[in-house]
Amino acid sequence: MTLADTVALTPDPEAVELVAQKPARLLRQAWRLWRTRIGVVLAGGVILIAIFGPYVAPHGPSDFVGAPYSSGPGIFGTDHLGQDVWSRFLNGGRSILWIATAATVLGITTGALVGLVAAYSRNSLDDVLMRAMDVILAFPQIMLALVALVTLGAQSWLLILAVGLTTMPRVARVVRGAAQPIVERDFVAAADALGVPRWRILFSEVLPNVLAPLMVETSLRLTYAIALVASLAFLGFTPNPGGADWGLMIFENRIALSVQPWGVMLPIIAIGLLTLGTGLIGDGISRAAAGIDRRRGGE
Amino acid sequence: MATEPSGSAASQTAVADPAGGAGSSGAGPRRHWWHIGGIFGFIVRRTLLGVLVLFLVSLIVFAATQALGDPARAILGRTATPASLAALHKQLHLDQPVFQQYWNWITGLLHGDAGTSLAAQIPVTDYLKDRVVNSAFLVLVAGGISIPLSVAIGSYAALHRDRPFDVITSIVTLAFAALPEFVVGLLLVFFFSTNVTHWLPAIAAPGKRPWQDLEGMILPVTVLVIAVTPYVVRIMRASMIEVLESDYVEMARLKGLPEREVLVRHALPNALGPTFQVIAINLAYLAGGVIIVEYLFNFAGIGGAIRDSVFNNDLPLVQALAMLIAALYVVLNLLADIATILVTPRLRTRL
Repeated sequence: MTLADTVALTPDPEAVELVAQKPARLLRQAWRLWRTRIGVVLAGGVILIAIFGPYVAPHGPSDFVGAPYSSGPGIFGTDHLGQDVWSRFLNGGRSILWIATAATVLGITTGALVGLVAAYSRNSLDDVLMRAMDVILAFPQIMLALVALVTLGAQSWLLILAVGLTTMPRVARVVRGAAQPIVERDFVAAADALGVPRWRILFSEVLPNVLAPLMVETSLRLTYAIALVASLAFLGFTPNPGGADWGLMIFENRIALSVQPWGVMLPIIAIGLLTLGTGLIGDGISRAAAGIDRRRGGE
Repeated sequence: MATEPSGSAASQTAVADPAGGAGSSGAGPRRHWWHIGGIFGFIVRRTLLGVLVLFLVSLIVFAATQALGDPARAILGRTATPASLAALHKQLHLDQPVFQQYWNWITGLLHGDAGTSLAAQIPVTDYLKDRVVNSAFLVLVAGGISIPLSVAIGSYAALHRDRPFDVITSIVTLAFAALPEFVVGLLLVFFFSTNVTHWLPAIAAPGKRPWQDLEGMILPVTVLVIAVTPYVVRIMRASMIEVLESDYVEMARLKGLPEREVLVRHALPNALGPTFQVIAINLAYLAGGVIIVEYLFNFAGIGGAIRDSVFNNDLPLVQALAMLIAALYVVLNLLADIATILVTPRLRTRL
């Protein structure tokens, strides 16, 4: 439960030597790496399918179109209830994307706030905040999310809250680590001496200098949030049990993998490409932030 | 930490800050009169901190399961009648004040009584006895394969930096780290069990202990190894590169030691230091990863039990399992901190 935790979960340990960089410049540098471009193509493609899929789906997600597990009228056949697999696939991406994105935003904002306050306070508040984060870190993320679902069931807001709040301590550690050297710097002391309010110092002096690690962390956490939300759905925990959802499709059709593989393979491939894409983008940003591309003369 | 300004210690890459856990994290040297020095004092402090963390964890688990909404209503669902609700409230002691409920639960746990499983109708401890052993076997086999494998791959990649092996390793570990376990697992099932070939069983043999069903262990272990290896490979590679560029390795080379001895005697032990933390975290992570893997392969362990207990609203079982996993986390982290201190003598000066 020390710094190594942060390092373990960062895509490239070399990213620890992050330097303050302007976000736009960082993204431009990341874009020069081929892995970032491949990541954008993969994740972007899946996101487009998830967003625009419902408009081009030939059938409704719950329409009965033929005998269960038959070849049906569509290209990919029917599922266990005789619904069109291709239509359900086109309809099923939105909920995962929306829940994972909202949870990431929640986790990043709260985590960054806790990390900044902890680094800047440098007193017992720092200890209390970080020990509180340690308590949440004493669980695997999926375990805590599951425990939260026991009594209230898998509702969207609860999933967002559970995934977001378990993301928070991991972000807080990274942000605190990055902010600690910054709060020691002279310009922070100068602003303090000028009587600038502490919250404003935090947001206008410290925050801009930890944006690079925060961006790396965002892409990384988005990858894990997508994986976590999809995994929970795979375990049978989705907010809309009757609706179309990639994780739920896998949960429902897994038993018939050998007769009707498409009901499982389509969502698997989509989720795999999506996390692969966001993972590649995250690695690209982290490499750009660490300046590895310059040291190696580009890749 | 005693001599350095706060902040700089934390910014030193992966050489973690084991002393920080004792309540002085990043805040410089603050010694109290009750401060016990040395490794023994460090272990005592970390153990006490672990107990504190577990206490707070128990509050979270209790709040999430018992105080958030009405568990009896969740268990009974639509069949709930006022009479059946009252009966279940009584059975679960939900009619008592919240503090009393928590006290009963936590003292029961400390006495080895975790209540009765609502779904299986047998004591939770009996239900979990065999499953804990099964899961431990699974995790140990997976850890036993993945740790030496990843230390070897990481070191080799560091020694051949930017060569084809390193580049391929970097891409493969990145991909495996990004893919969720169930995606990897179902792809393996698709290719090796159900559709493409039929070489391996898609589920663990029911009613057999895992060591009696080694064929059924192959896929679950493979998924766990794929899930954990990337992280250890990456930290091992980074740590090894740092060590190889250090003065003492250069010194060892300059004084003419054979390369093999430089690596095995000087570089490897130092590079392993930060890796211990990651290994422990990943072993603990395996304890969470087994939820997906055991459910996927129908493996009779605690991971599958966690999923089923949440799915069935089996409250006593969920609570016991959550505490078990959290305790495992705390113990593994403690062991990792102690191991790091033992292999990294220079950290001992900070105690």
